[in-house]
Amino acid sequence: MTSLSYAAPTSVDDAVKLLAGSAGLAKVLSGGTDLLVQMRSGRLKPELIVDTKKIPGIIGIREENGAFIIGAGTPGAVVEAHAGLNAAWPGLVEALDLIGSTQVQGRCSLAGNLCNASPAADSVPALFAAGATAIIVGSKGRREVPVEQIPTGPGRTSLAKDEFILEFKLPVRPARSSDAYLRFIPRTEMDIAVVGCGISVTLDANGVCTAARVSLGAVAPTVLLVQEAADVLIGHTLDADTLAKLDAVAQAACKPITDKRGTIEYRTKIAGVLARRVAAIAFDRANGIKNGKAH
Amino acid sequence: MAKTYVSATINGESAEFLCETQQTLLDVLRDVIGLTGSKEGCGSGDCGACSVIVDDRLVCSCLMLGVEAEGKSITTIEGIANGDTLHPIQQKFLEYAALQCGFCTPGLIVATKALLDENPNPTETEARYWLAGNLCRCTGYDKVIRAVMDVAADMRGETVA
Ligand SMILES: Cc1cc2nc3c(=O)[nH]c(=O)nc-3n(C[C@H](O)[C@H](O)[C@H](O)COP(=O)(O)OP(=O)(O)OC[C@H]3O[C@@H](n4cnc5c(N)ncnc54)[C@H](O)[C@@H]3O)c2cc1C
Ligand code: FES
Ligand code: FES
Repeated sequence: MTSLSYAAPTSVDDAVKLLAGSAGLAKVLSGGTDLLVQMRSGRLKPELIVDTKKIPGIIGIREENGAFIIGAGTPGAVVEAHAGLNAAWPGLVEALDLIGSTQVQGRCSLAGNLCNASPAADSVPALFAAGATAIIVGSKGRREVPVEQIPTGPGRTSLAKDEFILEFKLPVRPARSSDAYLRFIPRTEMDIAVVGCGISVTLDANGVCTAARVSLGAVAPTVLLVQEAADVLIGHTLDADTLAKLDAVAQAACKPITDKRGTIEYRTKIAGVLARRVAAIAFDRANGIKNGKAH
Repeated sequence: MAKTYVSATINGESAEFLCETQQTLLDVLRDVIGLTGSKEGCGSGDCGACSVIVDDRLVCSCLMLGVEAEGKSITTIEGIANGDTLHPIQQKFLEYAALQCGFCTPGLIVATKALLDENPNPTETEARYWLAGNLCRCTGYDKVIRAVMDVAADMRGETVA
């Protein structure tokens, strides 16, 4: 019947060769929480599965010159248990933590969430906001790419057939920097975002924003990095005027669809509200005000 | 198509089996090895009836390939009791009548075991969030949560008033 092969290479070179040499559809396997669901529903019929989890470095977290590097296939539960990441990147950690149940957390990865390329993927706005880069490996060697250049449409990425993500690099965190992520869903667990928003900021000693990145999920075919929203934050404290401008530019960036989770009008309005709330949490955190989880 | 030879540890004993790539760990447990305690409620990661512990992590066995089990240590519901002696979690589920049809119960018990291994003193909120991926059509969850909170206290050597 089917002829589905499986390989679990222990080196990047072997993995790349397998991907390049496959005649039919070859899929990289991390946690499988998207891939297996899609295979079982018959939506995806790969010929080869390349399980990359045995490649050294692809699972785990390390620090290099003050910057965190997260292995592409590291399960959510491992990221959430990491004290250093929780302190420096609480928004990224809380976004990843929102994915699925405890069981899903035992397997789901940042690379899988990004490369599944759902516009509603929860960790992706936080990863965009963080300014993370992906180390991509393939037949032509390795390249480092800003994460926002990876998803190109629902279910599509800019990766070539023989490429996969080895790890994510987070930038070195200046003082008074933090981030936050919120999604809106009609319940508290186990649902897909109607809108998601991730914001990362750096403040000066007076609480004035000196750097910002704002990202919105589920309001366009891909997760969006909203430069106009960052621009209204930079040079300002989070006063009423700044919040109103942020709300307006976040709404203006939306190109959503109407589906069972929300209409175009609803999603657009929610994007503005979420942006305000997420900015408030990120600014508080950057100012050293502890506020627990954003959700 | 050729099957893959896999060697793993299941409930403390070494296990060897042949499986096809598309077979999930749940398929292997139920259909190849004959451990039918883990249930398939959805096959898509939503219900938790297939929960097993793989190298100290709770996962859905329906969302893991059998071939991925190579070299791993797996605990299923069949490995929770000590011979004929029920595990305190199982005993407490009986006492509290924390089950009706019982289809979700293996998954809930394995998930509770993983919770208490990691956090012997969970708050009720923590327990509810931890178990949010285990769906039950019958009990309404309250008896489940009461059983979990009570067995946690017992296992810590306390008794709840
Ligand atoms: C019950 C349930 C609830 C869920 N809830 C949420 C939720 O709330 N929010 C959310 O965002 N998602 C949710 N998901 C979806 C899924 O869990 C996430 O998208 C997860 O992050 C996918 O990661 P993975 O490691 O399991 O990916 P996999 O399934 O292994 O892979 C997903 C895709 O990415 C590709 N890929 C994997 N690793 C790499 C790599 N290193 N390089 C290149 N490509 C790669 C695969 O080929 C595949 O196309 C849920 C899933 C389930 C089953
Ligand atoms: S059968 Fe695995 S989660 Fe439902
Ligand atoms: S007891 Fe019937 S599903 Fe839980």
